[in-house]
Amino acid sequence: MSDLFLQYNYIIVIILMMTGLYIVFASRNLIKKLAGLSVFQTSVFLLYITIGKVSGGQPPILIEDKGYGADKDGHALLEGTIQTAAGGASYILPGPGSDVLYSNPLPHVLILTAIVVGVATLSIGLALTVRIREVYRTIEEDEIEAADFVYNLEGTAD
Amino acid sequence: MSFLEFVPDWLLAHAPAFLMALPLIMAAITAILPNKRVAWASTFIVTAILTVTAFTIALYNAEVGTTIYKMGGWAPPHGISLVIDALNAPVVVLIALMSLITVIYALPATVAEIKPNKRAPFYAAFLLCTAGLLGMTVTGDAFNVFVFLEVSSISTYVLVAMGAARDRRALSAAYNYLILGSIGATFFVIGVGFLYMETGTLNMADMARILADLDGGSRVAKIAFGFIVIGLGLKLAMFPLHTWLPGAYAYSPTPVAAFLASTATKAALYLLLRFTFFVFDPSYSYVADVLMFVLVGLGVVGMIFASLQAIFQTDVRRMLAYSSVAQVGYMLLGIGIATTASVAAGYLHLLNHAIIKGGLFLAIGAMWYRFGITRTEDFRGLGKTMPLTMGAFTVSGLSLIGVPFTAGFVSKVNLTFAAADSGWWWAVAVIMVTSILALIYIGRLLLVAYFQSPPVVNGEVVVRNEAPIAMLLPMWTLALASVFVGIWSDTMVGMAIRAAELLLGAG
Repeated sequence: MSDLFLQYNYIIVIILMMTGLYIVFASRNLIKKLAGLSVFQTSVFLLYITIGKVSGGQPPILIEDKGYGADKDGHALLEGTIQTAAGGASYILPGPGSDVLYSNPLPHVLILTAIVVGVATLSIGLALTVRIREVYRTIEEDEIEAADFVYNLEGTAD
Repeated sequence: MSFLEFVPDWLLAHAPAFLMALPLIMAAITAILPNKRVAWASTFIVTAILTVTAFTIALYNAEVGTTIYKMGGWAPPHGISLVIDALNAPVVVLIALMSLITVIYALPATVAEIKPNKRAPFYAAFLLCTAGLLGMTVTGDAFNVFVFLEVSSISTYVLVAMGAARDRRALSAAYNYLILGSIGATFFVIGVGFLYMETGTLNMADMARILADLDGGSRVAKIAFGFIVIGLGLKLAMFPLHTWLPGAYAYSPTPVAAFLASTATKAALYLLLRFTFFVFDPSYSYVADVLMFVLVGLGVVGMIFASLQAIFQTDVRRMLAYSSVAQVGYMLLGIGIATTASVAAGYLHLLNHAIIKGGLFLAIGAMWYRFGITRTEDFRGLGKTMPLTMGAFTVSGLSLIGVPFTAGFVSKVNLTFAAADSGWWWAVAVIMVTSILALIYIGRLLLVAYFQSPPVVNGEVVVRNEAPIAMLLPMWTLALASVFVGIWSDTMVGMAIRAAELLLGAG
């Protein structure tokens, strides 16, 4: 149980995900549905960012011909100290087993893309809602369906 | 060989990137072009170039085999790669060719259906959609698939909503598609996230290698597979997840319906093939279980129920949409049996169904263009009033049923043999029964069209009023293509078998 609380990120992700999905399915208001969809998508951003934290990882910086990081392709781990260009202070590089939290840039970049996609989806959804409101004078799904029911009986448009 | 000599070297070298970069760039330019025919001309030229490029890629692929294009010179697995192999080259040709055919058809259709000030954005969205579909087909990077999936989906929502000038229900159809499509894409990206957790890479070939090392991986990989199958299932209209499809096909502008029916679900199906057989492998027990119980189960249920629903539709475009759901069931059945022959048959049906359904939707669109009809009872006398259009509809319709010497027959026979070879006799029975159901819903229309006299409007019998040549040409191209495939089937069957062998290993 305590393990579960240590990984509280995942709990937040799951709660957000299920909340968002529930709002999408349960709500009959077009705007509320879009809000739910956004919550749902945001939970995925959190999931990705959560897995972007690696303990003991090394930044993927290529130093001359040394390769970078320790990985299965046989690249060597950078060891020892590294000096910053300014100031001359030296730092010990983290490696496997170290408790230094390293941020893997890749998931962050992926999520930047996904955020853009989410914004695009949301804006198209809102624009559609505006058009639906202009045509149907409502944004409640039940009323739209009721309006279309009569419309369906009369057949397709001219 | 002879054709490839005329292709410049830079095109051969960069064709995969060119294929998605050209429509992306031209979409932005097309959006600001004047609304008259300039936008159409630019779209036409782009899709024509894409078609030539796609054929070049396919020919080149047949000659040299799998090619990997390193995007920006960064080698995979760290860089993004574009992969052309026997599996996606035919799909690329299909998408490019269908975009060209649709654009030719769209010249008269958009005049009738899209407001003048919306035509340039319409073509821009169309190009974006094409770019997205081509991108998700050629890319070898799992997250890239998501991005292109969303590029194509978001532009599709716009395209579907543009049907509002014709029928206001297009708006709610587009909204429903947006909600379900986004959920599908998000499920897919969750799946990719879990796969990334498990393997630490986004390159599909690398994922496949690492998963094989891990013997299919831990529970994380299983969950990833579940999310990916559900997400793609929403996109490809797997039976209970198909509710967005009838509305989107029925109320969108007619060129969009034809393009979507023949490419969007097909690209998603291609991705399902890519993930189930290439990234994952049917030798992992959880993948085999999903294939056996989920894909086959839902495919068969979808075949029966969607065919039955198609019979009871009063709107022809809704009927064709339900028929699409049923046909997706055939493909899923082929994929689910998971032998080389059955996957080849499912893949073949994917290509053939795109040709068939594209032709049918184009014919229906031409009927709307001339007479403003979409309902079944309005088909009265169409055999006399629009003989050429109805002829194309008949040929494609017979192909959908699976009459000998048509494309539909070839793929259904292959699927039947594949099912019988694996001892799945009940599946053979289902294929036969649903073909009879297809005969009912297509035959019903043909009876009305050919054996009832044209209606009387305002005291006068409706006279012959054929569709314009720009509509007849595309629909007859597709109708004749389905006959051609039906008679000289060896090329297509060979392509399908090569694709299946790539996925499952020869034999």
